[in-house]
Amino acid sequence: MITAGIDIGSITAKAALIKDGELAGTRLDFTGYNAPKAGRRVLDDLLEKTGIKKQEVDFIISTGYGRNSVDFADKSITEITCHGAGARFIDPGVCFVIDVGGQDSKVIKLSRDGKVVDFAMNDKCAAGTGRFLEVMARALESDLDEFGELSARADVPAAISSICTVFAESEVISLISKGESRENMIAGIHESVASRISAMAKRLGVTGPVMMTGGVAKNSGAVRALENKLGVSIRVSPHAQLTGAMGAALLAARMEQSA
Amino acid sequence: MSDNEKKHDPDTKQQKIKAVSRMKEIMTNYYIEAKSAREQGRKVAWITSGGPVEPLIAMDVIPVYPENHGAMIGASKMGGQLCEKAEEMGYSRDLCSYARADIADAVYKQGPIGGLPEPDMLVCCNNICGTVLKWYETAARYFDVPLFILDTPFVHREFSQEAQNYVLSQIHEYVGFLEDCCGRKMDYVRMEEVGRFSVEGTRLWQEVLDTCAHKPAPMTAFDAFFHLALIVTLRGTQETVDYYKQLLDELKERIRRKIAMVPNEKYRLLWDNLPVWYRTRWLSDKFASHGAALVADTYTSAWSGMVPDMQGRSFLEAMAETYTKVYINISIDMMFDIVAGMIKKYDVDGVVMHSNRSCKPYSLGQYDLRRMIMDRLGVPTLIIEADMVDERSFSESQINTRIDAFMETLKA
Repeated sequence: MITAGIDIGSITAKAALIKDGELAGTRLDFTGYNAPKAGRRVLDDLLEKTGIKKQEVDFIISTGYGRNSVDFADKSITEITCHGAGARFIDPGVCFVIDVGGQDSKVIKLSRDGKVVDFAMNDKCAAGTGRFLEVMARALESDLDEFGELSARADVPAAISSICTVFAESEVISLISKGESRENMIAGIHESVASRISAMAKRLGVTGPVMMTGGVAKNSGAVRALENKLGVSIRVSPHAQLTGAMGAALLAARMEQSA
Repeated sequence: MSDNEKKHDPDTKQQKIKAVSRMKEIMTNYYIEAKSAREQGRKVAWITSGGPVEPLIAMDVIPVYPENHGAMIGASKMGGQLCEKAEEMGYSRDLCSYARADIADAVYKQGPIGGLPEPDMLVCCNNICGTVLKWYETAARYFDVPLFILDTPFVHREFSQEAQNYVLSQIHEYVGFLEDCCGRKMDYVRMEEVGRFSVEGTRLWQEVLDTCAHKPAPMTAFDAFFHLALIVTLRGTQETVDYYKQLLDELKERIRRKIAMVPNEKYRLLWDNLPVWYRTRWLSDKFASHGAALVADTYTSAWSGMVPDMQGRSFLEAMAETYTKVYINISIDMMFDIVAGMIKKYDVDGVVMHSNRSCKPYSLGQYDLRRMIMDRLGVPTLIIEADMVDERSFSESQINTRIDAFMETLKA
C-alpha cells in the first residue's frame, strides 16, 4: 500500500510517500503564490524521484494552511493532527510536540496512545515563528542557516523586548548602530522566540518527551533557547518541516487500512 | 475543497423556525415605536443590557439598548467601518466594539437603522462591565440628559445582606430618578404586574433554551442568539411572554417530529461568551459541517439566570439580588459551577470559548475556566480569538484550522 501526505505551508510545500509502513521519500519546495499548483508540483516531483506511479498511490491526505486547496486529495486533516502523528511515527515515545513553521507556532499534547488531547497556536501575530526569524536574518544581513552556530558564540544575549516583528526589527537595527555583536543579537532573537513559544507550551503543561518539528527545528540556537526556557531536553525531528507531510501520509495509510 | 465541505449538503438544510417572522415583526415595531416616541409624547431611556428594565416599562418609558443595536451593527457587518469612525474621533481600538460602534453611530447616524432614537435619560448598571460607566457618561454629555448609575458589587462567593441593602437603596433612588424624569409617580401595582411578566418571560426563555437538552436539539445557540432580543429588550411585557410561548410550542413540536437544527447531530457543544455577530452564519455552517450542534451557551442563558427568587419579597426587593448576581458579575468558581451544570444538563461533548477582544470581563479568566473544565470534567475546550462586532479582529484561516483541529480531537 502506498499513501501520500501533502503539507502546504505559508512558505514551503512538502510531500511524503509511505510505502508499506516505511517512508519511501520526501520532497520540499517553495509554496509561492499558487498553492494548488505547489501541491501538484511537489507530489509530481516526488513521484518522479521515487519512481512511483500516480495510480499506485492509494490515498492522499492534504494538510497545512493550504490543505483545502489541494483538490486531488482524498481528505484534508489539520496540521495539528498530522504533526502529532508524524512526530509519533519518528519517535513513538513523544508526548509533546512543538511545531514552529513559517507563519505559526503550535504546541500539541499527545495521549499515551498518540491522540491529540490538547493544542494551542499563536494568534494574530507572527512573533515566535519562522517568518520572524527570516525578517531578523534580513536585518542582520545574515543567513538563517548560520543562526544556530552564530548564536552559540554569544557572550551576553541582547535583550529584544518588543514582541512585534516590525518593532523588533527596528530594535535590532538600533542595536546594530550601537555596535552590538551579531552573535549576541541572534542569541537575543532566539530567546525572544523561545519565550513566546514556551509561554504557550507552559499554558498547556509540558509533559513527557518533547519533540520539535517545523522549519525552525533546524535552527539549533532556537532549540537551545527553548530548552533553557522550558527546562527540558528537546528531541529534534530529523525531518523538521517534513514531519507534517509524513504524518498526513501515515494517517492516509491508517485510513486506507481501515477502509 | 475540504473534506468537511464535501459532506455538507445544503439540500439537507434544516427547516427554519417559523416564529422568526413574528420575532422580526415585533422588533421592527419596537424600533418604529422607539423612533417615533417624541410624536407619541413618550420618553426614551437608553439602558445597559444587564440593567433593570422593569421600572422603565412600569413608567411607560421606551427602553432602548445600545448593546442590542451594537449586535445589529455587527450582524449587518457595519462594525468595522463604525469602529474606524470612532477611532478617528479619538477612541482607542482597545475600547469595546459595542461602545465604539454605538458612539460613532450616535454622531454620524450611519448604522443599519440610521441612528438610535435619542435618549431622554440614561440608565447604566455596571453588573456587566466598567466600560459602560464611561460610555454612558460620554452619552450624557453628548445628549445633555440625566444619567442614573446603578452600582452592583462583584459577587465573589455570596450575595451578602450588606450588598442587598446597598443595591436596594439604589433601586429606590432609581425609581425616584424616573419619577423626576417623567414628572409623575411610580404606580407600584403596575410595577408588580411588570415584575410578574418579567418573571414569566424569563422562565419561558429558560424553557426555550432547555429544549436543546433534547437529542437532537431542535435549535442551536445560533438561534438562541437571535431569539434572545426580546428577553433583553422587552422583558416585563405581555408581548414577550406571548412570543416565547409561541416559540416554545414550535420547539416542542419540532422535538415531537424529530426535527433537528443540525442534521445528523453527532457532537454537542457549549459556547462561551458573546456571539461573533458578523460570522454567525459562517460559524454555524462550520460546526454543522462537522455534525456539531452548539446546544447551549453561557451568553443567552445569562438572561434566564435572571429569574428572581421572590421569597415573598416585592419584585423590586428581589431584583436587587437578581441583577447583582448576573453571570459575568460573579467569581470564576461560581461561573464554573454554572458551566459544569450546563455541561451535564445539555450532555455536552466539548466547549468552545470565544476570547472576545471587546468584552474583557467575560474573557478574563477563560484560560482558568478552560483548565478547570478540562481537568475536573475532562471535557475538551477550545479557545478562539475574535471580536463580537469588529470584523477586523477575525482571522478566518486561523479560526478555521482551530475548529477543524478541535473537531478532529473530538472525533479521535
